[in-house]
Amino acid sequence: MFGLTSDTILIKGPRIIDPGRGVDEVGDILVRNGAILASGQISSDDIPEGCRVVEAAGKVASPGFIDIHCHLREPGYEYKETIAAGTRAAARGGFTSICCMPNTDPPIDNSAMVEFILQRARDEGIVRVFPIGCVTKGRKGKELSEMEELAVAGVVAFSDDGDPVEDPNLMRLALTYSSDLGLPVTNHCQDRSLSRDGVMAEGRVATRLGLPGIPSAVEEAMMARDVALAELTGGRIHLAHLSTAGSVPLVKQARERGIPVTAEVCPHHLTITDEWVLGGQSAGTGAGGTFAYDTLTKVYPPLRGQRDVDALVQGLAEGTIDCIATDHAPHELISKLVTYQDAPSGISVLETALGSALQLVHGGHMTLNALVERMTVGPARVLGDSFDYLSTLAPGSTADIVIFDPDLEWVVDPNEFQSMGKNTPLQGATLKGQVIATMVQGRFVYEDGAVV
Amino acid sequence: MSLLNALETEAQPQVIASGGLKRRRHVLDLDDFSRQEILEVLESAEGMSEVLHRDIKKVPALRGRVVVTLFYEASTRTRMSFEEAGKILSADVINMSASGSSAEKGESLLNTGLTIQAMGVDTIVIRHPHSGAPYLLAQHLDKVGIINAGDGIHAHPTQALLDLYTVKEKLGRLEGLKVVIVGDVLHSRVARSNIWGFAKMGAQVVLCGPSTLLPLDMLRPSGVPANDEPLASVQVETNLDQALEGADVVMALRLQAERQNGGFLPSMREYIRRWQVTEARLGRSSPDVMIMHPGPMNEGIEISSTLAHGGRSVIERQVTNGVAIRMALLYHLSAGVGA
Repeated sequence: MFGLTSDTILIKGPRIIDPGRGVDEVGDILVRNGAILASGQISSDDIPEGCRVVEAAGKVASPGFIDIHCHLREPGYEYKETIAAGTRAAARGGFTSICCMPNTDPPIDNSAMVEFILQRARDEGIVRVFPIGCVTKGRKGKELSEMEELAVAGVVAFSDDGDPVEDPNLMRLALTYSSDLGLPVTNHCQDRSLSRDGVMAEGRVATRLGLPGIPSAVEEAMMARDVALAELTGGRIHLAHLSTAGSVPLVKQARERGIPVTAEVCPHHLTITDEWVLGGQSAGTGAGGTFAYDTLTKVYPPLRGQRDVDALVQGLAEGTIDCIATDHAPHELISKLVTYQDAPSGISVLETALGSALQLVHGGHMTLNALVERMTVGPARVLGDSFDYLSTLAPGSTADIVIFDPDLEWVVDPNEFQSMGKNTPLQGATLKGQVIATMVQGRFVYEDGAVV
Repeated sequence: MSLLNALETEAQPQVIASGGLKRRRHVLDLDDFSRQEILEVLESAEGMSEVLHRDIKKVPALRGRVVVTLFYEASTRTRMSFEEAGKILSADVINMSASGSSAEKGESLLNTGLTIQAMGVDTIVIRHPHSGAPYLLAQHLDKVGIINAGDGIHAHPTQALLDLYTVKEKLGRLEGLKVVIVGDVLHSRVARSNIWGFAKMGAQVVLCGPSTLLPLDMLRPSGVPANDEPLASVQVETNLDQALEGADVVMALRLQAERQNGGFLPSMREYIRRWQVTEARLGRSSPDVMIMHPGPMNEGIEISSTLAHGGRSVIERQVTNGVAIRMALLYHLSAGVGA
């Protein structure tokens, strides 16, 4: 799929935001043979005769987005998502690189599985796919996986996501053992002895609906433990999907003390609250009544309150939280047509991520430049220095580019999703900001509303 | 035409009650009932009560209507109460339990609901261990009225309406009364619906019990938005003697043995000592204080036997009134569907 093209393409007149180089200017981008030939102010003498010109005036062009946390479901759950469909969804969402979690069936805990994912991505994928390997064999939380074999095969991080690494000693060993591999351990922080049978955020809405609640301490208790273990071992811990106000200062203090901790936050935790469980929010018809118990809002970690949303937005804006990650979790719609307690957790996010995240910019909470940083340079930094090449428009770099219109309004219609997962609480909501085109290694994979 | 006259003929949509009830398709919880609508139900139940106390308890009002009771949890009184209510009104009542049904073969709740709808049923009365189960049916079934007969720990609106009716019948009013609900409020669907019902009708609701079994989140003032305004007046008091001060109504809730196993309580002994409603503790209540219990009771745990069967207890009256309330709701919903 990354076959080099000899075509030369001129992306003409966008606002170029390239946070890694501190660039934010109107200019042109010239792409040839899969790489960036030049970007910025390009003299017309340097533009080859007859090259393809893509008009992008009034749009924004930046390095393609990187998602370090998504679920592609293949193998084992091909009725929910496939690598083919998931990468098409990524392309439509402006992502040029995505990291898929290993909670497949069988899980990605050996090199053969890693090779399967990479081969399938080469055959059927249209964006770059980087597998994440299991921390423990079979994701069972008992013994470490063969982390070095996984690293050699090509995983970019370790995680038992979907489940936490519960045993503190095992987490200590994972951080210690992996420290010479240079890859982070991503933990899904959930103290199950505290979350029990909870299905949504503990609080007024849960109490009113009679749904078992999940207190914030479920996340914060394990994050505090992981910070302590990172300090103890010097291993790199990455904290997945922050959802509570109390998690932000934990990361901030750890960072100030020089502990190797990074963190991500999902678009939904930055923009919508547990009030959405009452239903009727996306369509603006008002909460409560017959529409309550909207299972499309069920996600782990759960949607929380406005205070949490505000703290997460601030944490992202000030850089305490390194990046936005989607936690794209596609499910077949029929699985959501059950009671709230029976419904699986997860939201299909890849195609709404930008529109959701841009609410932070339109709401004046952060600059567009900072947001782009959190979707490009930030996630690349979490993965490690060797991933810088994916998050820059510097001449000579690979041409992974997204062109988007930050002001274009559109109504979310899951039937238009490339993802097989139509499960989004944003159905019918109006988002402001949409991807116009996505280029991977010099080739458009998404353009004019269609996968190429 | 008066309600009693109307009951003597098969229901015609145009003669059923006026006001908000006429438009209602489902009874899911009391949070979306207006005060006026609650009063309409109570008034209607008065007429039903008259029928219930006749020698020949039968009117043709719902002849040709079909009511299904769909119970995924064990129940004696609620299910029988609905069945009796339907039969007095001449509806055909079909009882369906999860055990022995296609649910045991793995049929989903939604598909069961669609199947029942396809059989031309007018009203489904559902009880389910999961909060919100009746909402799932209400969202996806367009030809059937849904009555919530208890969903998880969320709501039991017909119980709350019968409780309101019983208090109003005995004390003549609801507004300004002090209603104390004692026990495991956190896991009680009866309490949740009663909180809405009594608060909407202007009563002062006080919740009392161990802090581990109180829904503190529901009541924190900062967390109460405008549309939940009735809840803003609800108070919490862990000390039973203080809670009972000047109480007009005391409702003891069933304490399930699992709560101790779940660690919510150190022991039944301590619960009994601190929160059992007894004759002795009613000293500071109103002289006319009413004792209520939604049943089934654990006598000697949440309520003393002498109190449960004494002169202040209206517990059996609650059961009787339950039939009248369910007659009223079945009548309005079943007669209205298809209109």
